[in-house]
Amino acid sequence: MLFRRNPQLTHADVTPKHLYVNRRKFLKDTGLAGAALLVGGGLWELAAPPKAHAGTKLNGVLKSPFSTTEKQNTYDDVTHYNNYYEFGVDKTEPARNSHTLKTDPWSVSLEGEVKKPRQITIDEILKLAPLEERIYRHRCVEAWSIVVPWIGYSFSALAKLVEPTPQAKYVAFQSVYDPKQMPEARYAGIEFPYVEGLRLDEAMNPLTLFCVGMYGENLPNQDGAPVRMVIPWKYGFKSAKSLVKIRFQKEQPATTWNRMAANEYGFYANVNPTVDHPRWSQAKERRLGEFFKRNTLMFNGYADQVASLYTGMDLKKFY
Amino acid sequence: MRKIFLSKWTKAVVFVACLLPLGSLGWDALHNGLTANPIEYITHTTGDWTLRFLLITLVITPLRKILAPELIRLRRMLGLFAFFYGCLHFLTYIWLDKFFDLAEMWKDIYKRPYITIGFLAFTLLIPLAITSSAGWIRLLGGRRWQILHRAIYISAVAGVIHYYWLVKSAVIRPLTYGAIVGVLLLWRLADRFWPRSGAMQAALKSQP
Repeated sequence: MLFRRNPQLTHADVTPKHLYVNRRKFLKDTGLAGAALLVGGGLWELAAPPKAHAGTKLNGVLKSPFSTTEKQNTYDDVTHYNNYYEFGVDKTEPARNSHTLKTDPWSVSLEGEVKKPRQITIDEILKLAPLEERIYRHRCVEAWSIVVPWIGYSFSALAKLVEPTPQAKYVAFQSVYDPKQMPEARYAGIEFPYVEGLRLDEAMNPLTLFCVGMYGENLPNQDGAPVRMVIPWKYGFKSAKSLVKIRFQKEQPATTWNRMAANEYGFYANVNPTVDHPRWSQAKERRLGEFFKRNTLMFNGYADQVASLYTGMDLKKFY
Repeated sequence: MRKIFLSKWTKAVVFVACLLPLGSLGWDALHNGLTANPIEYITHTTGDWTLRFLLITLVITPLRKILAPELIRLRRMLGLFAFFYGCLHFLTYIWLDKFFDLAEMWKDIYKRPYITIGFLAFTLLIPLAITSSAGWIRLLGGRRWQILHRAIYISAVAGVIHYYWLVKSAVIRPLTYGAIVGVLLLWRLADRFWPRSGAMQAALKSQP
């Protein structure tokens, strides 16, 4: 008989789905990577096994309809490629240097144009509202991007706690600054403490995340422990890390990078492929882990949720 | 000391040493050390080493006049290594970043001043690399050859500006390179207008 009746294949012989689905990409990437090696380039596809997470697991985290289904970056990428200038200006420095930051005890001062100003401890923050996992695209002004499963809840939940007065038009976010814990900061060339800000309606948009964790755990120091902002439709520098003060106010806050170079970093800093940074294009971005650049999306792909905040505004002027 | 510079092994050792930065990149590539953004890392590393080799090449002339004339033996090789790392830097940009999209490249060079000046710094090195052989020195004549090779001053200054225009805020690094280039060029000016004392000149001349 020509046909063998029983080839004795078991489930284990089936090619795993992720391999056959990605086989072309795998061939392409390894082919290109092999070529890249000729000029000293990388076999980064042969990544080392992922490192163990160091954080504390966060329990009872809900899924969110705001999450993207795009492939997430590895924990290793997101924790070893950071802009956190207080701990050094190289991308790999925060992972090495940020262990000096003491995040316990921690409290955030909520103040300014609010009916109930107060301090809130990190324990209270963790219990204020149900934690959600939000898998967001994150686009840096330097034209790279990542997809991160953040954990937190909408900033509006925090705002409701202190009840902003009708005078509150903006919110200023201030990061921790302690030269003793951050000896590298003096070489950064920017002023500290780091301050960022949003218009109140931007801050109250449900996408605006008050973030306490990622990848199922609390935040590692280099990613902004113990609590940070995540504003997914704006360039990454808008999402201030390691918050110590949140101030509701009448005037637009003077924000760090905007004060450094107003022609390069606007107050709004919405992701916009049609408005270039004066020194480089914003039309494309490199998703970490990918070889080819991809097109940058208007409002980083969140136009449906946020475009209405800017109707009538000239986004070339208010970049 | 002199003997070390004259030894036939010196060149070989320096040659191997000059390849170490490339070797280190290769090592990083095989050990997952190129960060999450390998193309950026390779671009920055090769760029850094291009500038460093330009500075090392420029430091040879003062050193050989002050320290040991034999150092001249190393100058061409060091200059060629600056060009070598410059080629890798440019290749990373045109291949890994732009994927040989020449239209994109020209747009970049036209639109982005830091690319314009970086491209200038690189292209200026090409004729210097080509004419680095003894045959070319004879062909051009020493004087003309020397004038041509002063283009390295412009290339080094342009390289520093390229770096300065690239960084977001940490200007201390490009400024450090700039300061070193400044000192090296000022030394040349001083050397030209205030020649060293007769005793020193005589001492230099009396050497083999």
